[in-house]
Amino acid sequence: MSEAAPITRSADVLIIGGGMAACWAAIMAAQAGADVLLVDKGFVGTSGVTATGGPNHWWVAPEPGRREAAIEERYARSFGLAERDWMARIIDETWRALPQLAGYYPFAGDGKGGTFYSGVRGPEYMRALRRFAQYAGVTILDHHPALELLLHADGSVAGAAGYARLKQQAWTVRAGAVVIATGGCAFRSGLIGSHGNSGDGLLMAAEVGAVLSGMEFSVSYSLSPAWNSTRTLPYFAARFFDTEGRELDVPPPMSGEAAHLRALARALEAGPVLADLSDAPDALKQGLRRIQPASLAPFEHKRIDLFRDRFPVRLFGEGTVRGTGGVQIVGDGCETSVANLYAAGDSATRELVAGATSGGGAQNAAWALTSGRIAGAAAAAHARRTGRRGDTPVLAAGTVGLRPASTARLPDVREGLPIIQAATIGYDAALWRSAGKLERHRDAVEAVWRTIADHGRAEGLAAVALREHAAMAACAGWIVAAALARDESRGMHMRIDRPGTDPAQQSRLLVAGLDHVWTRPERPAAQEIAA
Amino acid sequence: MIAQIFEERCTGCQACVVACPTHVFDAGTDGVPLIARLDQCQTCFMCELYCPADALYVAPEQEGAPSLSAVEALAMGQVGRLRHDYGWDRDAPPEAPHLQDFWQLGPLLREGAEIAARRYAARWADTDIA
Repeated sequence: MSEAAPITRSADVLIIGGGMAACWAAIMAAQAGADVLLVDKGFVGTSGVTATGGPNHWWVAPEPGRREAAIEERYARSFGLAERDWMARIIDETWRALPQLAGYYPFAGDGKGGTFYSGVRGPEYMRALRRFAQYAGVTILDHHPALELLLHADGSVAGAAGYARLKQQAWTVRAGAVVIATGGCAFRSGLIGSHGNSGDGLLMAAEVGAVLSGMEFSVSYSLSPAWNSTRTLPYFAARFFDTEGRELDVPPPMSGEAAHLRALARALEAGPVLADLSDAPDALKQGLRRIQPASLAPFEHKRIDLFRDRFPVRLFGEGTVRGTGGVQIVGDGCETSVANLYAAGDSATRELVAGATSGGGAQNAAWALTSGRIAGAAAAAHARRTGRRGDTPVLAAGTVGLRPASTARLPDVREGLPIIQAATIGYDAALWRSAGKLERHRDAVEAVWRTIADHGRAEGLAAVALREHAAMAACAGWIVAAALARDESRGMHMRIDRPGTDPAQQSRLLVAGLDHVWTRPERPAAQEIAA
Repeated sequence: MIAQIFEERCTGCQACVVACPTHVFDAGTDGVPLIARLDQCQTCFMCELYCPADALYVAPEQEGAPSLSAVEALAMGQVGRLRHDYGWDRDAPPEAPHLQDFWQLGPLLREGAEIAARRYAARWADTDIA
């Protein structure tokens, strides 16, 4: 496929990904004096779930007692898995970082005479981050999906390799440190902005020995019109009806999310569900176009009045995007357990600040920003110490889809995707988990994985697509294994055969492995109780 | 899904080819990009936002046939509407920047949830919730 010779580059720090965590990581690394290269699968500015949304950040002024109270309130909802120190860091870092965008983002008023910093509209935010990163000296390579990491002989990460899809050329980058910020995995649910979020970074990290954490906490959905996911969700005041006009008993959102979700999911399994937004706040009806125009477009183009007409809805799976699972963080600099490798944003576990719950938009955006900045700064400092080591021989670490265990062919990945989706974002599998169901899904996902791992091989664009499917299969395997191993219910992980929360399991759960997936508690239960 | 590139409007600048996060377009030999990988379109409208010539129409349906054809969309003034609503087709006057109302989003979403909670409490309070 590749006609031209591979593109070969080197940098102090290589950032893989192009959303908010990746950009903030790149900015910080460049400001620390590093030569930074950022490779994104898509275009930095439109890639990922931030660009299509309007993230609101956890925003608490440094006034006496306020931050402590905010942390305690969130800690109480973390089911014992978050860390107050990390929460304090993300509040503080977010507070200091966002105003730095002022030269790039058109901040406006907060309605009270001040400047509104905490919430930013997606396209303008990502455009601002792109400009900020370029001004800081970051080299951005758009449409450069990464396919695999490279390793030194000592097992430390040496760079990455991929495919420049607009140029149709392979690429290789050697770097002193690599930050994975490729986002989470939403399993091609149709969630807007998530098509590229196929878990690629998690697979690449796992292939070099990184461990994941919190993958069982991947049960999250957003409600949208059935025909088009809208990332900003003005549907909270909705009443719900079946097609015969009977109002459905759906508990309100934000009052125990699972009850709202489960009621909607059960109703959707029975048939179409229509939303009625006539109760929405008047200011929303009048102002939505000015606030978030993209939320209106799917209705206008369909000649539906969002606030008058009833319209069909569905729940779009968010997987680990709004779930909390990701690469385990083992140090204060967002280090992973693999030397020279850092993780940030949705690619990293968000349990450190959210525990067993989603964390909601505000905490999630603050995590992406902060973990990006922390990882970027730490990667730059690390690269300065170790150097690029750019002239030593390296090993390409990619396995599945690139170097099959058996006879090579191009498998039809379309067959496997529905199986992967059923195991992860299928309403019944996710919201009513049980050992029996999880075992069945584990076996089905394992079969999909085996087909790709044993035979899958492709080049160029087809390799990118095959690796995306391999990554989704891997993520599904980790989610199901973790959900089986966590033999209790906790936060968004809900087991109908284990409805109670078991104090002995108040520990994060690690999962890793490709052909042989394993799980173990991060800390033994006995220590946890003693602590 | 992306439904149409209006050739008579397209300037061949390739902004959509570059801005599309999911690589739907290929650069066209005659300057007008090609919709090469429709199955990768996630209906995110980003190409409409980034097209300086308003030469694209994205139908809202993620799957299946569009309910509004590209020609109808053009006739109704829907083509370019999104970019205009974002304010990307013009400079904002200093007294009213394009994002002056954005701060209302969070409070309005919360208000919606509170409306639902109050209504639910009133309606279902005495009902045994399964």
